[in-house]
Amino acid sequence: MEAAVETKSLTRVFEPKKKKEGKSVMALKEVDLRIERGELFGMLGPNGAGKTTLLKILSTLLLPTSGKAYVAGYDVETQFTAVRKKINMVSGGEISGYGLLTVKENLWMFSQFYGIKSAVANQRIDDLLGLFGLADKKNEKVRTLSTGQRQKMNVIRGFVTDPEIIFLDEPTLGLDVNASRVIRDFIVDWVGDGKNRTVLLTTHYMMEADQLCDRIAIIDGGRILACDTPENLKKLVKMNRTFQLEVTPLKDKSNFGSIPGVESFTFQDDAEKDRTSLKFLLTDETAVSDIVSDVLKKGSKILSLQKTEPTLEDVFIKMVGKGFE
Amino acid sequence: MSESWLMTNLRAIRGRSYPRIIGSKREPSWLFFDIFLPLLTVSAYVYIYKYMAAPPEFVGFVILGGAMTAFWLNILWAMASQLYWEKEIGNLQLYLIAPISRMSILAGMAVGGLFMTSIRAAATMVIGILVFGITLSLAHPFMLVGVFVVTMFALYGMGMMFASLYLLLGREAYHLSNLMTEPVYLASGMYFPVKALGFWAAAGASIVPITLGLDALRQLFYPSSSAEFGFLSINLELGILVVLSVLFVFLSKHSLDYMENLGKSTGRLTLRWQ
Repeated sequence: MEAAVETKSLTRVFEPKKKKEGKSVMALKEVDLRIERGELFGMLGPNGAGKTTLLKILSTLLLPTSGKAYVAGYDVETQFTAVRKKINMVSGGEISGYGLLTVKENLWMFSQFYGIKSAVANQRIDDLLGLFGLADKKNEKVRTLSTGQRQKMNVIRGFVTDPEIIFLDEPTLGLDVNASRVIRDFIVDWVGDGKNRTVLLTTHYMMEADQLCDRIAIIDGGRILACDTPENLKKLVKMNRTFQLEVTPLKDKSNFGSIPGVESFTFQDDAEKDRTSLKFLLTDETAVSDIVSDVLKKGSKILSLQKTEPTLEDVFIKMVGKGFE
Repeated sequence: MSESWLMTNLRAIRGRSYPRIIGSKREPSWLFFDIFLPLLTVSAYVYIYKYMAAPPEFVGFVILGGAMTAFWLNILWAMASQLYWEKEIGNLQLYLIAPISRMSILAGMAVGGLFMTSIRAAATMVIGILVFGITLSLAHPFMLVGVFVVTMFALYGMGMMFASLYLLLGREAYHLSNLMTEPVYLASGMYFPVKALGFWAAAGASIVPITLGLDALRQLFYPSSSAEFGFLSINLELGILVVLSVLFVFLSKHSLDYMENLGKSTGRLTLRWQ
C-alpha cells in the first residue's frame, strides 16, 4: 500500500517580491519523509521551522521549488484534484466561515464543497457537534461563539468530510485545557477506529506531540533533524542527565555553556514569581556542583534542584542546540 | 465530465450561494442602505428632469438605472473584491483545497449575489414606480427576461473575472472598486440614455455589460422612444451581450487558473500566518 504522505528531497524557497526587499528564505530543505496509513504523525518545531510550509505543499496550496511530494500516492503538483478528494485541513486560530451563518449552516456549507449529500452531512454534523459538546450551539450564529467553541467548530469542519488524511496545523493553539483535551481525545479516537485514517499534526506543544503521536519529526530551519517514536527520540538523550534549577532572579547566564559536562542549557525568567528557571542537559553529572557554585557566585540563591526524566523538549534542545521558544 | 463531478460542483454552487441568500434575511439593515438611499439619488434626477420638462420616459429611465446600480455595486463589492476578503479571513485556502472547480465558488457567489441584488433592484423599481407613477410597457415579456438574463450573465461573468484580478492586486482592489463606481455610472448611462454620450463613447462604455443591457431594457419598456433614445437595435445589443457573456466567463476561468498557479508558485494564496 502506498504511504499516506511521502516527500523526496522536498525543498521550498520563498523569493522576495523585489530583490532589494531582502534575501530569499529557504523554508524547507531537502525534506525526506514517509508517513504510513493509519499513523498519527507529529511535526514538532518552533515558529518558522517550516511546518506550515510543508502542510501547504501537501494540501496543494503551494508548489515545491524542487523535490517531490505525494499524498495518498498522488503527486501534489500534477494530480492535485485527486489529492484534494482525500484530504482536509484545519489550522489553529482559524476564523473561516461566515459570522451571520449558524454553526450548523457553516459546517453544512463547507461539506457541500466536497459534494456530500445534505442528509449525510447534517447527520455527521449533528454527531460531531454532540461529540465536541457543541450540540446546544448548532443554531447559534458563528460570530457569537467563544474562541474555543469556534476552534472546535473548525475542527469539526475538517472531519465532517470524512477525509482519508487530515492535516492539523496547531489545532489547539491558544485554547484552554478543556477545549484542547476534547480536540486531542477526538483526534486519537478518529485515528484509532480502524479505518486506516492518517493525521499529520503540527504543534509546538511538546506534551501534545508526546501524548498523541505514533511518530514525531523534529523540524527546524526547514530540515528534519530527527524522526522516530517519542520513546525512541527520548532515548537519544537517555545517556544525558537532565537537571532543573529554580533560582532567585539571575541576570548573568553567560558562563553555563562553557562549564565542562554541560551539553546545553535553557532558561526562563519568571518576573511574576521572581525567579529564574534553568534546565541543563549534562554529559557528566559532576557538572552540577560547578553549576551550583557558579549560580551562588553570581549572587543568586538556589530555590530548588531537581533531576528530571528526559522529555521531548530535551531531545529538541539536543537536536537544535536551543530551547523551543 | 462524470455525474458525480457535476453534482459535487452543483452542490458547491448551492453551498456558496447560501450565505448570500440567507444573509439578505438576516441583515434587514440593507432595506435602508440599499433601497432607500439609492432612491434619494434617483429622486434627485427625477426632479431635475421634471424641472427641465424632459420627456416623461426619462423618469422611467432614471428609475431603471437606479435599480441597475445595485447590480454594479454588487459586482464591485461582493464579486470583484470577494476573493480578496475570503483570503483575508482564511476561507480562500479552504475553497482551494476542496475537490471542486474554482468556477463553482465564483458561480455560487454570483448566484447568491444575483438573488440578493435582484430583490433589492425589484424593490427600488416598485417603490420608484409607486412614488413617481410611471407606466412601463410589457409588450415583450420574453425579450425583457431574455435581455435581463443575458445582461446578468455578462455582468457576473465580468465580476468573476475581476475577482481573480483583484486578488492579484491585493489591497489596491479596494481603491479600484471606489474608482470604478461613479465613472461607470456616468459611462453606462445609469441616469440618462447612453446615446447622449455619442457613438464612440457609448461604444467604448459597452464593454461594461450594464450599458447595453440597460439600454435594451429601456427600449423594451419604452418602445415608442426606442428610435429616439436607443443606442443600438435591441437584437444587436442582445447579440453583443451574448458575446460578452462567453468572453467574460472564458476570461474568468483563465484568470482564475492563472491566479491559482501564480499564487501556488509565490505563496500568495494564503496569508503568512494561515
